[in-house]
Amino acid sequence: MTRFLLRRLLQSGIVLLGVTLVVFLLLQLVPGDPVRVALGTRFDPETYEALRSRAGLDQPLPVQYASYVGQALTGDLGVSFRSGRPVTAIVLERLPATLSLAITAVVFALLVAFPLGVLSALRSGSVFDHAARVFSQFGVSVPDFWMGIMGILLFAGVLGWFPPSGYVALTEDPVGWASHVFLPAVTIGLVTASILTRFIRSSVLEVLAEDYVRTAEAKGLPTRVVVVRHVLRNALIPVVTVVAVQLASLLGGVIVIEVLFAWPGVGRLTYDAVQARDYPVLQGAILLVAALFLLVNLLVDLLYARLDPRIRVR
Amino acid sequence: MTDETVLSVADLTVTIGTRRGAARAVAGVDWSVRAGQTLALVGESGSGKSMSVLAATGLAPRAARVTGDVRLLGTDLAALSAARRRRMRGRHVGFVFQDPMTSLNPVLTVGRQIGEASEVHLGLTRRAARARAIEMLELVGIPSAADRVDAYPHQLSGGMRQRAVIAMALVCEPDLLIADEPTTALDVTTQAQIVELVADLQRRLGTAVVWISHDLGVVAGLADTVAVMYGGRIVEQGAVDAVFAEPAHPYTAALLAARPDPDANVTELVTIPGTPPSPLELPEGCAFWPRCSVRGDSRCERELPPLVPVSAGHQVRTFYPRQPTGEDR
Repeated sequence: MTRFLLRRLLQSGIVLLGVTLVVFLLLQLVPGDPVRVALGTRFDPETYEALRSRAGLDQPLPVQYASYVGQALTGDLGVSFRSGRPVTAIVLERLPATLSLAITAVVFALLVAFPLGVLSALRSGSVFDHAARVFSQFGVSVPDFWMGIMGILLFAGVLGWFPPSGYVALTEDPVGWASHVFLPAVTIGLVTASILTRFIRSSVLEVLAEDYVRTAEAKGLPTRVVVVRHVLRNALIPVVTVVAVQLASLLGGVIVIEVLFAWPGVGRLTYDAVQARDYPVLQGAILLVAALFLLVNLLVDLLYARLDPRIRVR
Repeated sequence: MTDETVLSVADLTVTIGTRRGAARAVAGVDWSVRAGQTLALVGESGSGKSMSVLAATGLAPRAARVTGDVRLLGTDLAALSAARRRRMRGRHVGFVFQDPMTSLNPVLTVGRQIGEASEVHLGLTRRAARARAIEMLELVGIPSAADRVDAYPHQLSGGMRQRAVIAMALVCEPDLLIADEPTTALDVTTQAQIVELVADLQRRLGTAVVWISHDLGVVAGLADTVAVMYGGRIVEQGAVDAVFAEPAHPYTAALLAARPDPDANVTELVTIPGTPPSPLELPEGCAFWPRCSVRGDSRCERELPPLVPVSAGHQVRTFYPRQPTGEDR
């Protein structure tokens, strides 16, 4: 178990190193001079050179990369070209907004998708099943920004139940947070719910056809026991992966939705950093997203071992 | 005939709605099994042998329409609610299916899977059910049962798993054990052990057994009576000795002739030419007619032969029963 964790952490470290390299090289390919953009109208050759050398941009690429990685290991991701503040702080302060939105969206999605997927599989071919399929078809095909705009128009505009945009920290004002998180979380959650509903339905249908479900029925177990103990226990194992992938991708920030709802998350930060060519911030944001992705994957692997006795972590 | 009839099936018909029309998997079948006795249902794949048993016990697929009279311990199953029919399963009827690799739930321990029926039907606590599971594992000859009770199916060999499945089927001491090709997925030496185990348990517990098989060798050593099925119908049934010694139906005779003889120095296996009929398009007359070696006249093609007695308790569905000469074997 400890060995498994150590090995996985080492692997994650290697992957992160690869991510920094790819991001670093990609940014070299992007046209536009970040220092020039950062200076804007304050541009004059002397300040330009000074800023360039302070950011180390006058050094050869391998040197730039090595010093970036070396500093990153100490938790120093550089300084924003724009604000001059440390990137680590900028990125981390966006994390609560993104985390709370992503988790709320996934919880909402599960609350919708779980009963919908399971029931439509148990009653496949029924009216309920068809209705659920129409719902999930709608959810995956309608663009999320459109759904977001419609949500704002209806719930914030016409009904006035929720604020149209903005963010309040959960730690400051839980009620305010909840009312602000509702619309963006539901917008993202509906898309996720549609994907999950389909997946849960097909997973349950697959398990229902298994021999051991017939065995359970042959034992005369009540339907509830057959479904919960024999069908769901097995059907939900692959669902864990899909939920985790969804969660991980939401943790990367949902750029369109965060921009639409003025949600100050990592996605919004990435968007702003691209706009401003704030390379250190962009690198930091991507690195954070990659780290979160790896963390979620590690947790899934550990969870798998708990859910499926055939898998043992070694 | 004084023995108590455990399960009887009369005029059982199973029709399965498919995309290509209604398939008649079972077409008017009668059989019964008495306490302590073994009935073997024999036939090729798709002959309706498994389906007739699954339908009789309420385990037919949802698309199946089942008609006929099914009595378990004298109770008309059709008259029962689905919930009461379910309570009969597991309690009075235990099932062993073909493939022990797939018929056990991979995420539950074998002990839990053996015990759960006793929790539901006998009202045992979880702890008592576990103790009962250990007892059952010992009964089916699994060594160090107290350790194996917490094993997951993938930690047991195929033969061990099938023993666990048998333990599971017998945990409530049912009146009837249904064994649906329980040895087909096992290797030959394990097959023999499982057959012996079931026979031994049957003697000790007095359970009636319906043994579904295409393996005539297994059936000969195990069954009291045999029903040979073809195209959803019983074509011959009777005491196992009588049927095997003097098969009256050309199909039964062909099946027996197709058994490889370990003593004979054969270079080619005997087969029955042709393929079984599709349940989607069963012929009007005798279903075996296109493959029949006797094949008398066009009457067989047009008219369904009735099941007629050839001797006491031995019936056959053909217009041309083979004469009991005994020289064919």
